[in-house]
Amino acid sequence: MSVIALFFYLFATVTVASAFMVIAARNPVHSVLFLILAFFNASGLFMLMGAEFLALILIVVYVGAVAVLFLFVVMMLDVDFAELREGFLQYLPIGGIIAAIMAIELILVLGSYSIDAETARVAVQPIPDMAETSNIKALGDLLYTRYIFFFQLAGMVLLVAMIGAIVLTLNHRTDVKRQNISDQVARDPDDAVTLRGVKSGEGI
Amino acid sequence: MFESEFFLTYVAPPLWMLAQSVLLLVLLLVGVAYILYADRKIFAAVQMRRGPNVVGPWGLLQSFADLLKFVIKEPIIPSGANKGVFLMAPLVAGVLALSAWAVVPIADGWAVADPNLGLLFVFAISSLEVYGIIMGGWASNSKYPFLAALRSAAQMVSYEVSIGFVIITVLLCVGSLNLTDVVNAQRDGLGTMMGAPNSLLDWHWLALFPMFIVFFISAIAETNRPPFDLPEAESELVAGHMVEYSSTPFLLFFLGEFVAICLMCALTTLLFLGGWLPPVDIAPFNWIHGSVWFILKGLFVFFCMAMVRSIVPRYRYDQLMRLGWKVFLPLSLFMVFLTAFVLQLMGWA
Repeated sequence: MSVIALFFYLFATVTVASAFMVIAARNPVHSVLFLILAFFNASGLFMLMGAEFLALILIVVYVGAVAVLFLFVVMMLDVDFAELREGFLQYLPIGGIIAAIMAIELILVLGSYSIDAETARVAVQPIPDMAETSNIKALGDLLYTRYIFFFQLAGMVLLVAMIGAIVLTLNHRTDVKRQNISDQVARDPDDAVTLRGVKSGEGI
Repeated sequence: MFESEFFLTYVAPPLWMLAQSVLLLVLLLVGVAYILYADRKIFAAVQMRRGPNVVGPWGLLQSFADLLKFVIKEPIIPSGANKGVFLMAPLVAGVLALSAWAVVPIADGWAVADPNLGLLFVFAISSLEVYGIIMGGWASNSKYPFLAALRSAAQMVSYEVSIGFVIITVLLCVGSLNLTDVVNAQRDGLGTMMGAPNSLLDWHWLALFPMFIVFFISAIAETNRPPFDLPEAESELVAGHMVEYSSTPFLLFFLGEFVAICLMCALTTLLFLGGWLPPVDIAPFNWIHGSVWFILKGLFVFFCMAMVRSIVPRYRYDQLMRLGWKVFLPLSLFMVFLTAFVLQLMGWA
């Protein structure tokens, strides 16, 4: 058990430290790299809890796809660091007020927070033995039966967002020559190449 | 001392795992040296050249000579480079490529670890391999590497999608993401249903045929091998993300790339070619140990990749994107649907 505790503190410390570095790092690319480190350690925490599917999906989806695109965008940004730091004092009051409001709200919410009796009852139920049911099966059994509508709805929301992004950025220019793949695949040597016997010094 | 509980719980298992890992690492690295040699020899044979033939008999020690050359050269760090990220990138590339091998079973039970979600683990690691290229490309602070980084980010994310769907079709057929289960599920299949003995007809390459091709091509694209080597297209980008690297950091990039290629060959073997199962389950084929079959099948897949590399011209970038998003994605999505439908209809699920 103590080994698990050791790993927990290791992962938790690195997660918190790298999450802090995300906002503290001067270079935005370093921020994203620290974000990736935070994801990794969060995935380690999931692993310790036995949620191996969630841990690996976190890596595949967030680190392998989302963060790559994020890094992609941030790398191409042309950030002037001097200009960024210039307005720090000017924006401090308004930023401070927003931060204070959010902190007060969080304290109010967490101060009056209590665990619902029903939730507490579910939470103390023993987790099914890993040897009997695997992570994916347990998740699938719940997602596709009890929570099927929420699951489908979440899918719909993502679909709408995707279509929206495509509609916003799709721009069919008519003045550009495009390749017609089926035309190109349909070509055969007979109508593309002709062999001619050319005599030396004459040409066609 | 050796009977104490502390030793048996906390000292012995890590030591045992370390020993296994070191053994795997050594075998893998020696294997990669000869895979590299084979790659160059096949490429040379197709072009009617001799290939490496000077160092050692038939040039067999060429890879080790190259290794020595890389290690004793001077590492150069460009003055404009972001030093930390610049040095971390090859490490990330090398370590990630090697770590996925921890879950690959060479024969029944011959794996350093055999977790429930082994296949997902390999997929996760292979989706991270892009970071080595992106970090190296960005940290070099130079135009060619940066272009390579952008290209590879787009390319690897695109082809991961179809690899993911291929893994889902295999998952549907097997009902488990454990790599040992994936191979054992291929013991019986289409061939045995038709009355044949356990043979190569049972493996997934036949039952999931289009996905086998999709996976093979996506694996080439995912590892940036020709004809999909746009990130290091030497005619446009010199050496892509590796332009500014020299010495050991370059070696690590190179090693990571080849270990990843070997991993993809192993994965193709496990998913579609029956892993360690013999091609026909009768004597004398089943006298040979499974690991030999696994290695032979892996080498066969690698030979196919090497032939593709030598005879197919490089794709243009827009064609690469079109192939990934407009051909493989709809095809693999349809195959997921079709596989689930057939399994449910026939009651095989």
